[in-house]
Amino acid sequence: MNSGYVIDVTGLRKRYGRVEALVDLTMTVRPGEVFGFLGPNGAGKTTTVKLLLGLARPSGGKGRLLGAPLGDREARRRVGYLPELFRYQPWLRAREVLALHADLIGLPGPGRARAFDDVLGLVGIADRASDPVSGFSKGMQQRLGIGVALVGDPALVILDEPTSALDPLGRIDVRGILRTARDRGAAIFLNSHLLSEVEQVCDRVAIVDRGRVVAEGPLAEVLGEQETRIRVEGLAPAGLAALAGFGDPRLDGDDLVIRQLPADRVPDVVAALVGMGVRVHGVTSGRESLERRFLELVGRSRETAA
Amino acid sequence: MIAIARLTIGEAARRRILWVLVVLALVAVGVTGWGVDRLVTIARASGSPELTVQLGVSQILIFIAFQFSFVLAMTAAFLGSPAIASDLESGVALALLARPLRRTSYLMGRWLGLAIVLVGYGAGSAILAILVVGWVSGYTPPSIALPVVYLVGEGLVVLTLSLLLSTRLPPIGAGAIAVVAFGLAWMAGAIERVGIAIAANNPGVNLDIVGQVSRAVLPTDGLWRGVIYGLEPGIVIAAASGQPLAEANPFFAATPPSPAFLAWAVAWVVLVMLVAAFSLRRREL
Repeated sequence: MNSGYVIDVTGLRKRYGRVEALVDLTMTVRPGEVFGFLGPNGAGKTTTVKLLLGLARPSGGKGRLLGAPLGDREARRRVGYLPELFRYQPWLRAREVLALHADLIGLPGPGRARAFDDVLGLVGIADRASDPVSGFSKGMQQRLGIGVALVGDPALVILDEPTSALDPLGRIDVRGILRTARDRGAAIFLNSHLLSEVEQVCDRVAIVDRGRVVAEGPLAEVLGEQETRIRVEGLAPAGLAALAGFGDPRLDGDDLVIRQLPADRVPDVVAALVGMGVRVHGVTSGRESLERRFLELVGRSRETAA
Repeated sequence: MIAIARLTIGEAARRRILWVLVVLALVAVGVTGWGVDRLVTIARASGSPELTVQLGVSQILIFIAFQFSFVLAMTAAFLGSPAIASDLESGVALALLARPLRRTSYLMGRWLGLAIVLVGYGAGSAILAILVVGWVSGYTPPSIALPVVYLVGEGLVVLTLSLLLSTRLPPIGAGAIAVVAFGLAWMAGAIERVGIAIAANNPGVNLDIVGQVSRAVLPTDGLWRGVIYGLEPGIVIAAASGQPLAEANPFFAATPPSPAFLAWAVAWVVLVMLVAAFSLRRREL
């Protein structure tokens, strides 16, 4: 295991009675990156987070968090965590919740007030700093939870579904918060099933299904090859064969799909199609969406399991 | 641990638990003082000798302490039973225990914070009640500190049991079991007392084992006997000791708790906390 990783787990397993929540989880997260941990409900995402933080014990495998064995107390001093089920003492004021967590990580007194102001401002609840948590909406409590996770400038921030209670504006705010935290040097482990969220902020992703990582790597790599989609009408199979010179064309419904087509050859394909009497309704070029790739990977993983 | 203890006391204050306890204590002491004053005034007016009045007040004080020991035990159970369980159920514990906080420290902090609240309430109410009764009747027990220490000891035992149960059971279940266990321990002690009285005339009868087992399992009744002993005037102890009917009285104690029993009571709290810490450490969140 490379101690340079903030998270480094190999063959992690977790069994709850007869249910195997994690089968064989292997992944690494590097310092300073935003890492998206994606998976359908029940894939083992929250279980993974609990194992990383020592809130549950693995049934097998090994792992390190910030270079220390999973559950190590000193390592947890440098980790911020927003649980999926976020709940803070309703009788405390927002600033007092931060102070409690600052106490628990041993944050020194001088500079605390400024650090709290900074965090509360970053998560957008500076004007409610002195209000009791009991008066907060769920969205505000989630913002506070993100603030709690950022107290003390942790080296690693683990956020479990951090936008589940936020409106679209709040979700945009969170993207900004994540980027700010990354710019300050924190690695961020973003556990989410919201693909658009992950797609927009993550440097690397892992897709997990049924307790296994089915894909891991830089976002562009996991998304796969660039492809060009041309909405066509009247393309016969013979015409498809005639386009072989442009790569490996295939039909996906009404779309003609050609992978790895250089941008400067797109007009040539369109001209060839028009020359064959095919009507062209539109052209889009780009990578597969994360959603499409996710469905493909999860579907493939389930076919293999079956 | 200190941060959690401070948090626990702060919670009791913010959620007005402390203030409710203070008001309840003042009301209870006020009613007690008024009632004892009336009784003493009536007894003296009807010509009862002063010694009879003083003995009567000592017995009333023991009865009041008996009632209050139940109140304190229930308070301990209702403070202790949700202390861990509700944090685990609500998810508050997830954010706390992901910090560099040992689960044992979290448990100890909870116990310490609640113990301070309970001791403050129990000792404050008991001392105030004894002083007020002394003021209106002229009777104060031989020692104020001794019965109060035994009384809050009872509360701490119930608190410790509640916290242990709270590591595994929902708050209501943990609280109900702790209160029932306290009641059963008292009943076992009463059965033992009756057994002693019967044994005086029937040497073959021996119910000591009931009380001994109960005191070992839950030392509240043994501590309660210390409360009685501490509140009794010396003359009652001297006159009633060895009398079968007096020995059978659940509100009479001829001897104080033995040092061995007191050592066991302290060890019991430590052992139960160790089991609670083990239980919490093994629990998957």
